[in-house]
Amino acid sequence: MAKVRGEIVVDIERCKGCEVCIAACPVNAIGMSKEVNSKGYHYMQAINDKCTGCTNCAIVCPDGVITVYRVKI
Amino acid sequence: MEENIKKDNIRKEENLVYIKTKLMTDKVLSYCPGCGHGTTHRIIMEVVDEMGIQSETIGIAPVGCAVLAYEFMNIDMQEAAHGRAPAMATAMKRLMPEKFIFSYQGDGDLAAIGTAETIHACNRGENITIIFVNNGIYGMTGGQMAPTTLPGMKSSTSPYGRDVATMGNPLKITELIAQLPGTYFVTRQAVHTPANVRKTKKAIRKAFENQKLKKGLSFVEVVSNCNSGWKMAPVQSNEWMVENMFPFYPLGDIKIEGELVK
Ligand SMILES: Cc1ncc(C[n+]2csc(CCOP(=O)(O)OP(=O)(O)O)c2C)c(N)n1
Ligand code: SF4
Ligand code: SF4
Ligand code: SF4
Repeated sequence: MAKVRGEIVVDIERCKGCEVCIAACPVNAIGMSKEVNSKGYHYMQAINDKCTGCTNCAIVCPDGVITVYRVKI
Repeated sequence: MEENIKKDNIRKEENLVYIKTKLMTDKVLSYCPGCGHGTTHRIIMEVVDEMGIQSETIGIAPVGCAVLAYEFMNIDMQEAAHGRAPAMATAMKRLMPEKFIFSYQGDGDLAAIGTAETIHACNRGENITIIFVNNGIYGMTGGQMAPTTLPGMKSSTSPYGRDVATMGNPLKITELIAQLPGTYFVTRQAVHTPANVRKTKKAIRKAFENQKLKKGLSFVEVVSNCNSGWKMAPVQSNEWMVENMFPFYPLGDIKIEGELVK
């Protein structure tokens, strides 16, 4: 099976820090920032390179702030 | 540095696998963090996008937290008075039968103040789609008890939990309208996990396809969280929903092609 590598881009200013995406990530590739955005929310960010681009986090994000890219390597 | 280059190489148009549909406007959603309303909005708009029916679709916003839905969905929309969306949808569909008409309603809107409109539109078998977001509570007004509030469930007007003996039984309006001959497709879904979001999206697609084929009324319930009203963190509220809401409001199709399947 070809290996895949994913990348997410989070619209930090629109993230509300709900953590619903984190519960949906099968490879624990994401976590919450220590910093807060201008609304005062901690925002979601990648915490390692394990992302496979499965889109789970983006699909459950109520605010639709996650964009996902995927490449075969 | 090398890592950054790699990342930029991946973040390219040709590698894009998910981006928010353009049928959602750029406005920041007015919903609380983690609220299922946002996800439900987005998948309705994904279906409309994928079917290529943006200019032919008219949505009806409810009274409740989704009162501003027309700010977020980039389609024609009309706001209805509390609970009256199915009546408005009836008029719209009869005047413009070629349009796709859907109402988007909460449980206070659909199962309390709008019960009459809901039941009669379903019984008449109007060729419309009803999306019903059931969070077991009146979210917008401060978490009061709704007809859908579970037995024993705390709300701001049942602080010791809903006592069925004095406050009555919760209303399973979805099972109720499934009994009516006018309903063609009735299903209950959720949007708290990727698998559930995909299933709900399929159900919404089916509902719109049914409308295209003039099959009659499709009713999609989405059991959802109201973490603010339930006074829980979003992820915790989703867990509570699985443990408490789903046993009472089990997920799955209730009626397919006019036949009860549950
Ligand atoms: C005629 C009328 N009665 C009462 C209200 C007050 N009101 C506004 S929203 C709402 C409840 C909405 O609850 P629900 O439909 O469950 O939606 P949610 O906010 O939970 O999404 C009520 C009672 C109103 N706006 N109009
Ligand atoms: S795309 Fe999949 S693997 Fe990548 S962060 Fe999101 S949920 Fe995790
Ligand atoms: S689900 Fe969306 S809004 Fe919630 S923390 Fe994740 S990225 Fe932010
Ligand atoms: S009050 Fe409840 S239903 Fe309304 S936006 Fe907040 S979480 Fe959602």
